[in-house]
Amino acid sequence: MTDIELKTTAAKVREGIVTAVFSAASGHPGGSLSAADMYTYLFFEEMNIDPKNPRDPKRDRFVLSKGHTSPGYYSALANRGFFPVEDLKTFRKLGSYLQGHPCMNETPGVDMSSGSLGQGLSAATGMALAGKLKGEDYRVYTLLGDGEIQEGQIWEAAMFAGAHKLDNLTVIVDNNDLQIDGRVADVCNIYPIDKKFEAFNFNVINIDGHDFAQIRDAFAKARETKGMPTAIIMKTTKGKGVSFMEDNAGWHGKAPNAEEYEKAIAEIRSAI
Amino acid sequence: MSNGIVKIATRESYGNALAELGDEFKDFLVLDADLAGATKTSVFKKKFPERHIDCGIAEANMTGIAAGIATTGTPVFISSFAMFASGRNFEQVRNSIGYPHLNVKIGATHAGITVGEDGATHQCIEDLALMRVIPGMTVIVPSDDTEAKAAVRAALLKEGPVYMRFGRAAVPVINDPANYKFEIGKAVKLKDGKDISIFACGVCVAEALEAAKLLEADGISAEVINVHTIKPLDEETIIASASKTGRVFTVEEHSIIGGLGSAVAECLTSADLPNNTKITRIGVNDEFGQSGKAAELLKFYKLDAQSIYERIKNS
Repeated sequence: MTDIELKTTAAKVREGIVTAVFSAASGHPGGSLSAADMYTYLFFEEMNIDPKNPRDPKRDRFVLSKGHTSPGYYSALANRGFFPVEDLKTFRKLGSYLQGHPCMNETPGVDMSSGSLGQGLSAATGMALAGKLKGEDYRVYTLLGDGEIQEGQIWEAAMFAGAHKLDNLTVIVDNNDLQIDGRVADVCNIYPIDKKFEAFNFNVINIDGHDFAQIRDAFAKARETKGMPTAIIMKTTKGKGVSFMEDNAGWHGKAPNAEEYEKAIAEIRSAI
Repeated sequence: MSNGIVKIATRESYGNALAELGDEFKDFLVLDADLAGATKTSVFKKKFPERHIDCGIAEANMTGIAAGIATTGTPVFISSFAMFASGRNFEQVRNSIGYPHLNVKIGATHAGITVGEDGATHQCIEDLALMRVIPGMTVIVPSDDTEAKAAVRAALLKEGPVYMRFGRAAVPVINDPANYKFEIGKAVKLKDGKDISIFACGVCVAEALEAAKLLEADGISAEVINVHTIKPLDEETIIASASKTGRVFTVEEHSIIGGLGSAVAECLTSADLPNNTKITRIGVNDEFGQSGKAAELLKFYKLDAQSIYERIKNS
């Protein structure tokens, strides 16, 4: 895909995010929108996946460690053809296969159940280790929240991934700088993120998470890097693409009302 | 009780069983968290070094690593002391293994007060409560070497998460390895009786059998049933025995809250039982353990044969 095509697709992913959260009257739009460009690039460009064969043993894997941003995950999967986009409206509703947080046994394309912060990186690391042990050449991707890396288990897993030189693992940190209680630096300072991952023996790449050229380049470098896992620290804007949600912790876990929904959709469509 | 009887710690059985199964089943992996020498996964490691991964002192991560491996179709055993395997790890087991129902087997050693000298911080008397409340989790408490080995095999053959509870201290071999048949969820009647039912698990099975002999001498006919699987519970066998005797005792090296006693009581609340059927839960009362030798601690917490006998006799 060209960068223009990726941008158009990302807008559709954003529309799905806002629609899912609005339909549910519940969910997490802020961190879904900040990662929407990354979701788009991963599922449309980077990963070796097949919507017709979601459990192919040779497929690349993705673990959404920051599982509350499932609207972004689901919207990308739906737009990629894993299930109907229309079903995004069932998100978080009783009986839906689109649970509040990802469930691998319910949703086509979901490789691991997640949502309890701090646990996803361990599962992704296990998948990467299994790939190495079995001589498979699939790659594993996981998306972390910047607030999430306050969880100690993240660093247990990072230590393990670095120690085992899992170069088939790419960790992406969505550095939108906000968590529920405010700025990540004010709640419990996580900076510097890059130096922490470097200290855990990662190849670290800092990028703008809304720039497809930089995203493309970062994944190319990750593939070329041997003997160590890669951490892509992407600077993003929480709520990106919906101006009244941007850089506002209040939109971490709040659904728009009808008026806000119309406004959001109009703005996303006008950006195409 | 050591008059010529062979005694083996069930953690030894666990390590030996893994090493034996490793030949027959080529795919499973074993993970440990810097306790391989103690949990006895070192026995497996010696034979299959490339299939054993030491995750370091990071139990939560080990559990997630196992979950990730299991998603690729490879069964995984994870091991640590029961305190960490179930306690520190509860939410990782619940959310990363239980909820997705992944094929991970938890080999938890050093359970209960018979850990001994390490004392309360390492004496896990809450694990059965924690593990059996997780939907889809199988919970097994082997009573001896024979049963522990059979349980490890059965766990590997069963799809889905299984928690196995092993002990540090050597315990008598009470099941004949030549004839013993183990089935998950099927309790084993070790002694017929008509006056009372004793349901026991783990190290307390041998103690309950001894207690039953002492009761017999006093003219009390005790039925002894080894409830090696706490979940799924063999309700049929438990209800049949309780219906017959109308007097139930449970014995376990676990808190009286949430373990075997609770499971049996829950089962019997909905059963048709003789009037005035009574249940007495024998275990560690609502308190922490302390340092001491395993045998001393069993006596102190009144879980040895003599104490069980006296408790039943005087109740």
